[in-house]
Amino acid sequence: MIRSGKKRLADLLLILGLLLLALVCYLLFSGSGSRGNVAVVCVNGEEVARYSLAVEGRYELNGGSNILMIRDGCAWLEDADCPDKLCVRQGKIQLDGQCITCLPNKLTVTIYADNSEVELIS
Amino acid sequence: MKTKKIAVMALAAALAMILSFVESQIPAFVAVPGVKVGLANIAVVFVLYKLGWKEAVAISLIRVFVVSVLFGTAVSLFYSVAGAVLSLTGMVLLKKSGLFSTVAVSVTGGVLHNVGQIAMACMLLETNVIKYYLPFLIVSGIIAGIVIGVIAAIMVKRVNVEY
Repeated sequence: MIRSGKKRLADLLLILGLLLLALVCYLLFSGSGSRGNVAVVCVNGEEVARYSLAVEGRYELNGGSNILMIRDGCAWLEDADCPDKLCVRQGKIQLDGQCITCLPNKLTVTIYADNSEVELIS
Repeated sequence: MKTKKIAVMALAAALAMILSFVESQIPAFVAVPGVKVGLANIAVVFVLYKLGWKEAVAISLIRVFVVSVLFGTAVSLFYSVAGAVLSLTGMVLLKKSGLFSTVAVSVTGGVLHNVGQIAMACMLLETNVIKYYLPFLIVSGIIAGIVIGVIAAIMVKRVNVEY
């Protein structure tokens, strides 16, 4: 294989282009940065539960496959029966649009800033 | 001549499966679903350069199916096939263009594999969280792709496959 200078330049440009794409995605999708107030649990794309972040609690999701904790306005998965435990390691979320995904259990927990929900709870 | 080619392909497929197994034993270092080193791509890139694109597609798909049966689940097969198909398409096109080296081909493969997997997951789960993970998937794909590309380039240079 010939590693000519031109190929190296093309490689570099491609990698820089991809990095730029990553940056654009980050800037576009990083969210508003405002705090959310409701955690929505979806299994298989369908909403199964909705919990206020203002209420402390420990919830068994999806028949106990994942344990959701809510405290101090943060939500996180404390435990899960999936093999990789990536969902537990994704840590605490509290900002509007943030999300925890457990692919093996097809479960997502997403934070929303839902104004109508605040009134309902209070 | 044909027999030797079959032997080389079988060797590459076995290598891809072993690398997949090794990778499955490495704990995830970033808590983002879809982030993978993609060790098996070493075998796929090697075959792509040494034998051709059809052979690379065959090796990749054989690996995905066998690994899913051995270590995965029915759901993980869907994710992997989507990743593999997208990644192969990108790599084959890039290689055919003749403008890029092994590293760029492998980087594209890595990024597209990550993105393809998570896109399929989001379709199955009917969420749009993909946009939230996209930057992490692209950057990790680039880093892993460079490492894999350099290793694959060394293999392409050093290993003689004459038939």
